[in-house]
Amino acid sequence: MIEARGLSKRFHDKKRGEIRAVDNVTFTCQPGKIYGLLGANGAGKTTTLRMLATILEPTDGTAIVCGHDVVEQPEKVRSKVGFLSTATALYRRLTAQEFVEYFGRLNGLDEATLKKRVDDIFNRLDMNGFRDRRCDKLSTGMMQKTSIARTLVHDPQVMIFDEPTNGLDIMTARTITAFIRECRNNGKTVIFSTHIMSEVEKLCDTIGIIQSGKLLVEGSLAQLRDKYAEHEVEEIFVKVVTPHYLAEEAN
Amino acid sequence: MSLRNVGIVYRKELTEALRDRRTVISTILVPLLLFPILSVGFGSLAVALVGKAKEEVPKVMLRGGEDSPAVVDGLKKLDKIEIVPETPGWKDQIINKEIRAAVEIPSGFQADVAQQKSDTVKIFNYQGEMKSEFATDKIETYLKEYRDKVVKERLAAKNLAETVLKPFEVDRENVAPPEKVSGAAFGGIIGYMVILLCMTGAMYPAMDLTAGEKERGTMETILSSPISRMHLVLGKFFLILTAALGTAALSVLSMGVSFSVLGHYTSQSAGGRAAAAEFLLKLGPKTVISVFLMALPVAVLFSATLMTIALFAKTYKEAQSYLTPMTFVVIFPAIAAMLPGVELTPKLSLIPILNVSLLCKELVAGTYHWNYIAIIFSSTCVYAAVALFLAIKMFQRESVLFRS
Repeated sequence: MIEARGLSKRFHDKKRGEIRAVDNVTFTCQPGKIYGLLGANGAGKTTTLRMLATILEPTDGTAIVCGHDVVEQPEKVRSKVGFLSTATALYRRLTAQEFVEYFGRLNGLDEATLKKRVDDIFNRLDMNGFRDRRCDKLSTGMMQKTSIARTLVHDPQVMIFDEPTNGLDIMTARTITAFIRECRNNGKTVIFSTHIMSEVEKLCDTIGIIQSGKLLVEGSLAQLRDKYAEHEVEEIFVKVVTPHYLAEEAN
Repeated sequence: MSLRNVGIVYRKELTEALRDRRTVISTILVPLLLFPILSVGFGSLAVALVGKAKEEVPKVMLRGGEDSPAVVDGLKKLDKIEIVPETPGWKDQIINKEIRAAVEIPSGFQADVAQQKSDTVKIFNYQGEMKSEFATDKIETYLKEYRDKVVKERLAAKNLAETVLKPFEVDRENVAPPEKVSGAAFGGIIGYMVILLCMTGAMYPAMDLTAGEKERGTMETILSSPISRMHLVLGKFFLILTAALGTAALSVLSMGVSFSVLGHYTSQSAGGRAAAAEFLLKLGPKTVISVFLMALPVAVLFSATLMTIALFAKTYKEAQSYLTPMTFVVIFPAIAAMLPGVELTPKLSLIPILNVSLLCKELVAGTYHWNYIAIIFSSTCVYAAVALFLAIKMFQRESVLFRS
């Protein structure tokens, strides 16, 4: 489970001064459910997810991931989390197997468990054909599978996906969305960020709309449709975001 | 602290480094090949060129001398010199290397010598031009021998002993052991090479493991793993340190082998290099180990400093532009230590890099000033510890890791 409590992140920019990338965000993600964080570019999605994955430290507030505080116990949090984004690249000079094993070892797996886990994942994801191939020689689809294998090697309870299908072709993107669904079906807590409305419709049990670092609204798709009297996610998103966007423009 | 995690990162970085062509070239191939190419290649080329220059029979123009047949005959009989008659524009001919020198014998020279009048024989040459210098040397040697012969004849005519003109001899004798003499001559360069190569060996991996990782997008991947940032930075640091020491060790090894090969195959013309070869071969394991022990904290200092600086960069190219000027920061004190007359003092022993360079000079010469060794080793360890501490701190700063 993930509980974000007043999560905030401020950056200092020489030209623009203080920037509130994430501003007092509170939400909860349940095991066996997918929480979708929907927002435009620069809305604060990536920063929020990076704080949950303890890659960044919150300026204020905190989050509890699988019972561990992201500020107090970041290493314990990371051992419970699988983090995947288009920015999490592979070590190009390692083979697919070496890459996955490296992260397994960093997660404290002993060699016997690691071998069993790696064999299992490589069979499940149909990766045996390229397990000894260097990552710089892999196709985009193979790379994504290797990244997925990396996030699964320590069998995390929480999966965090930051715009995981960004820039991918449709077949590779489908592999990722199928994987996200599988995580939910396996009882994992899943949070993912996107600006692709169709993904939200297909995948999310709960949707949070974020703009300028603020979580403006959250609820199931049905609840949001009722509240805003719109069927399309895109229309709901525009209705939620526009007043804030105009207010910011006026400022 | 979990050494297991540091070891995991180190092993992975080592695997990647050994598979990276650029790292292998800069850390292993360049130090192994640089010295053989520089010393044997250029050395042999220089020997060959000098030999060829010596084989050439230089043309020397004779000006005057019609009334001094004995001197002219003597010049014409000189081995490997071709005396040519005077033609106009002889200065230009020297400059254009058509002739190598000209010798001007004053009118009535032989008669003047007989009457004990003093004259001046002038040699015109192209200063610094090797073949011109050879020709000049030969003419000058002949004329000096001729002068000595005249002096001896005059003394003999007056029944005077040669000691009239040379009442006593001046002789110098070296009391320093041969290794100290060689140490003074070549010791500076050993320290300089080890220090400089530690720096160049650390440079590429320092950039690759920090800015390179950011550029390739793997920084976020590794930061999402449970490893603590301190373990991560230490794993990377040890790999950079390995590269620094490895490069220095391979270079010294390659330098020793190159010089020994050169010592076997070069003639007397390469006397300096042969002496260097002989000296290097005499360096015992004690000296080599001492130099490397002193270089260890310097390598730590370089590895940590370069890693910290490169971490600021977003791309490999940006890191290169930060680190290239660092080479000069290292070269200046290392060169300063090679200057004659610069010796260890309590103040200098606190200046990083310079202190170790100076100490290496002493160690190679076989002098162990234990008080200086203690000061320099401990002060460099302190500098290295500060640099490593800064590197660890920098790895924990989001503004550095995610600089945009």
